[in-house]
Amino acid sequence: MEIGRFYESQYGTKCVFNFGASGDLAKQIIGGAPVDLFASAAQKDMDEADKQGHIVTVSRFGFTANSVVLITPIGAKVSLKSFEDLRAAQIEKIAVGNPKTVPAGRYAEEVFGSYQILSSIKEKFIYTENVRQVLDYVSRGEVDAGVVYATDVAARPKDIRIVATAPEASHKPVVYPIAIVKGTKSEADAKAFISLVLSKEGKKILQKHGFKSNK
Amino acid sequence: MENSVLFSVRLSLQVASLATVLIVLTGMPLAYLLARKAFRGKELLDVLCTLPLVLPPTVTGYYLIVLFGRNGLIGRLIYEWTGWSIMFTWYAAVLASFIVALPLMIKTTRAAIESVDRNLINASYTLGHSEFDTALKVILPLAKRGIVAGTALSFARAMGEFGATLMLAGNLPGRTDTMPIAIYSLAGSGEWSQAHFMVLLMTTMSGIFLYIANRFTKRII
Repeated sequence: MEIGRFYESQYGTKCVFNFGASGDLAKQIIGGAPVDLFASAAQKDMDEADKQGHIVTVSRFGFTANSVVLITPIGAKVSLKSFEDLRAAQIEKIAVGNPKTVPAGRYAEEVFGSYQILSSIKEKFIYTENVRQVLDYVSRGEVDAGVVYATDVAARPKDIRIVATAPEASHKPVVYPIAIVKGTKSEADAKAFISLVLSKEGKKILQKHGFKSNK
Repeated sequence: MENSVLFSVRLSLQVASLATVLIVLTGMPLAYLLARKAFRGKELLDVLCTLPLVLPPTVTGYYLIVLFGRNGLIGRLIYEWTGWSIMFTWYAAVLASFIVALPLMIKTTRAAIESVDRNLINASYTLGHSEFDTALKVILPLAKRGIVAGTALSFARAMGEFGATLMLAGNLPGRTDTMPIAIYSLAGSGEWSQAHFMVLLMTTMSGIFLYIANRFTKRII
């Protein structure tokens, strides 16, 4: 959004945004929605649109990355210092995305697997239908801990504390792709938008919101 | 059949049955109050009881979390006293079903009680019966059909409760995944074949209960 405003101020072209779950957006594009540019939170959905021939493949870039973090409610009585602490008996409930449908849930399981604690804490999992629901349960103190993206915490810093950031080697990289949609009437504008996102200013805005630059 | 499917079927029946018992126990006195008594705030009470029928399930779920969550107004007291929270338990599914299905019981029963012949009620009073006896032996038997219809409708609605249940009870496989929630999960991960049986069962059972409700409401009007 902020990048869009910046783009408008630089080029004088108006941007219109359509926000939604990556899977839904991909379905809209496959269904023929008049879209110029697609930024997805998962490679899987970009792959889907790409496979069906709706994406200009050469324009596709991993424009930014995210990290996976362990969070806890701010006034939590139980002290939690690391992923391993989740095994403690006082930690009764851990919110994670349902790994069948929520990418963040799959990353969480990979991280727990790399610490070899997955089987001993699985009983405590409260599965959610999206990553924002993890955030809601943690910020209301309904669970003792949860696993979300670093950027989610930036959206709700008052009620939530980051306990630990998962090491990069502990899960598959969380990289967000952006690409031009085939059949767009404003390909030049779309190209300009992508290069703006990849520029120093674009990266600065993304960093401000908790994103990492993609190496 | 898969054990998880059997579990969801059993859990749904258990949740809907308990919710319906609670609905009958609280719905009948409430409907009686609303139908027979004049008091301040009566219509407000009716609106409050009916709201869950029209509110989006997410709004009802939100209210329930604010009230009964571990840090909720009531939930906090319970948690501090007992160390127990209703969140993420099957009781939360009962609570959500109860709140969402109660209006159907109240609406149907209130209409049935209001349509009981005044003269019969007055005759009972003239013959020296107390209000309680009159309610129990004259009004409720005459309103029986509406009460049965309301009970059937409530049971069907309680079985189908999804949104508020998902927020309050969560989707815990083998613990809180009622049929609607299990179907949602299976569909989300593309495992349609396992959902088929539950979809058919839900449709059949809801159909039967609607039919019962229809049969019992027809002759009132």
